[in-house]
Amino acid sequence: MRTTTPSEDFIRGIWKENPVLIQMLGLCPALAVTNTVKNALAMSAATFFVLCCSSMLISSVKRFIPKEVRISSYILVIATFVTLADMILQAYAPVQHKELGAFIALIVVNCMILGRQEAFSSRNTVYRSLLDAVGTGIGFTIALIMMGGFREILGIGTFFDIPLFGPDFEPWVVMVLPAGGFLTLGFIILAMGVYEERKKLREAV
Amino acid sequence: MNERPETGAIDVQVVDPGQPGSGDEAPLEEQVSTLRLVATLAVAGALAGLLIVLFNLHTKPIIDKYKAEQLKLAIYEVLPGVSRYRTLYLVDGGLAVEVPAGAKASDFRQAYVGYDEAGQMKGVAVSRGESGFQDVVQVIFGFEPDSGVLLGMKVLESKETPGLGDKIFKDLAFVDQFFARPQTPLAAIKAGSGKGLPGEIDAITGATISSKVVVSIINNGIAEWLPVLEQGIPEETQ
Repeated sequence: MRTTTPSEDFIRGIWKENPVLIQMLGLCPALAVTNTVKNALAMSAATFFVLCCSSMLISSVKRFIPKEVRISSYILVIATFVTLADMILQAYAPVQHKELGAFIALIVVNCMILGRQEAFSSRNTVYRSLLDAVGTGIGFTIALIMMGGFREILGIGTFFDIPLFGPDFEPWVVMVLPAGGFLTLGFIILAMGVYEERKKLREAV
Repeated sequence: MNERPETGAIDVQVVDPGQPGSGDEAPLEEQVSTLRLVATLAVAGALAGLLIVLFNLHTKPIIDKYKAEQLKLAIYEVLPGVSRYRTLYLVDGGLAVEVPAGAKASDFRQAYVGYDEAGQMKGVAVSRGESGFQDVVQVIFGFEPDSGVLLGMKVLESKETPGLGDKIFKDLAFVDQFFARPQTPLAAIKAGSGKGLPGEIDAITGATISSKVVVSIINNGIAEWLPVLEQGIPEETQ
């Protein structure tokens, strides 16, 4: 049944099956709140928390959940952790919470999280589920920070609020608007595709 | 280009062999009783509720404190020169020092009356929201009820377009106009087309709608509150 090693569980989500860039899951937050690196980081942290907690809990109680109600149970678990993340962010990082707005609550419907529960945590041990969740969470974070960095540098001319260019820099406002999200994602995936293609050609020679 | 997603799909299958419901490890193949299903969800729901309530007990005071502090800061910002203020409530069309017994203070519209060091009333601050370009824009502003002069304005909540509409609070040249004691009612005009009339506010190029919303909130807010304030502000009871 088990075809992977623990390290594979961990590595897989980071690059080879990156949730955003390869599996195209969780695109809603990836497009909506990556206009600055800070927002991308806050969203990643909240998602990371929810993903790890849900994976651990679900893999540890999987024996008690009848398969008829498993999806409702997963949603319940995920929604609970999202509510907690929402409260914690609002209490301790109110500025970020305000920036992210409704998208915190929308982590509930991030298909990446539900996908990991259904595909992995519900049939693997706690340890492996946690590895898988951490790997996937890191992959999600990398993707969001790549997008946030790209958009903030071009769209505002700063990185993590640090000005990069002189006062003469005219920000590409479109990059912080929704259209910029699609453009950025498209270009990142294009670059990855070209890279993979080249690699394949090199290996074939 | 078509090959890459394919490999991804194959990988997923290799890694997650069992299909839902057909996995060898799926522990229960026999019929599960309805009671068991209901019980599972009920227990899970109860635990989830308990956890949320516990966290809420802890975070609610912190959140409320932060909100109150933000409001306080905003009031002092839109009423320059004020050293203290008191909160009055709109009850049955008039101002009251306290809300009726048993009612929640947050259910009533509030006006904040600011005083300077000498105890002289300097102005009144109220907040108001109207639909902007994206969502409701919530603004708090201070004005002198007698002369109708605007004292200051601060955007409390806005989801206006980043880089364009959000200039209503990020563009200081725009914001400063509201602190230059303009005479209300205000009029949003195209930047540079002013005739020097009192109450002219240069709208932000590229954010005309958002600029006009701020002006409209202030005009409507003053029109709404002036009759109430003219009925008299309750004396301080000390």
